[in-house]
Amino acid sequence: MEIKILKNIMGVNDQVAGKNRELLEKNKVFTINIMASPGAGKTSTVLQTIKALKPLRVGVIEGDISSTIDAETVAKVGVPVVQINTGGECHLDANMIQNALGNLPLDEMDVLMIENVGNLVCPADFKLGESLKALIASVPEGDDKPYKYPGMFTAVDVIILNKIDLLPYVKFSVEAFTQAVKGINSKAQIFPISCTTGEGVEAWGKWLKKRIKDTGK
Amino acid sequence: MHELAITQSLFEIVLEHARQAKAKKVKSVNLVIGEMTGVVGDSVQFYLGILSKDTMAAGLKANIRMAPPQATCRACGKTFIVPEMAWRCPDCGSTELEVNGGKELFVESIEVE
Repeated sequence: MEIKILKNIMGVNDQVAGKNRELLEKNKVFTINIMASPGAGKTSTVLQTIKALKPLRVGVIEGDISSTIDAETVAKVGVPVVQINTGGECHLDANMIQNALGNLPLDEMDVLMIENVGNLVCPADFKLGESLKALIASVPEGDDKPYKYPGMFTAVDVIILNKIDLLPYVKFSVEAFTQAVKGINSKAQIFPISCTTGEGVEAWGKWLKKRIKDTGK
Repeated sequence: MHELAITQSLFEIVLEHARQAKAKKVKSVNLVIGEMTGVVGDSVQFYLGILSKDTMAAGLKANIRMAPPQATCRACGKTFIVPEMAWRCPDCGSTELEVNGGKELFVESIEVE
């Protein structure tokens, strides 16, 4: 006997993500899920964004397979931070975030930045309860990545192109990259930045502040 | 890469529906997996073998339909299956596309006794 089901496999995760979202919205916390490959500059971008968002109060969840290196780096700038070690899992899921939220002072925060595990595949499939999905791509990775990881590049709302200070030394066409992104994800805006020189960070921060303000209305 | 978590979720769905139907045994599960999810069918089958041990679904077979990426051209309106990495409209050559298939991840049905 055949039983029709037609049920989304991610349903359980999505339900928990929905609960996270409710809790975050109740506390008026705007949440960004930051995804990228390892070494694209997630933590550097988090630090630059914390500065750019001032006076908004930011909290951070650091997701890594192991170690607390990133959490320690972020804690030095004086913001609340929780480290999640996935112990091998290649992505954060809604359940891990639910546990981490209990360890953050949500009522003293305006923004939560979740730094996902460095990976351009799995994190795209797991909703966490975020208000915004951001992807950090970086110049040395090459301008063909949108075509190689379409799942990720079509899932995000905004793309930060980091390490633009390396453009003179690396074969990377910003135009080709932009064309590729716009082709498969017309809604995603691209912000070229350099965490090393600070170039472009202001424009990104300004856009994000506006987005946060518009969401809060 | 994330097949274990996904297989656990889908296996829960399978058992829940089998129990509801008061089934004695689950023989197979029909799945639809979008190619863009990066979920590997062989790996799902492998984990199902482990997870189903000593349950009413022991040894169940996964029939997996892989859904290829699909897009609609924003220039001419053609909807097409995207061949490997070629994100370009086969009719008019535009690269302005609306991706509307290839991320599926659901349990279609189960076969029970």
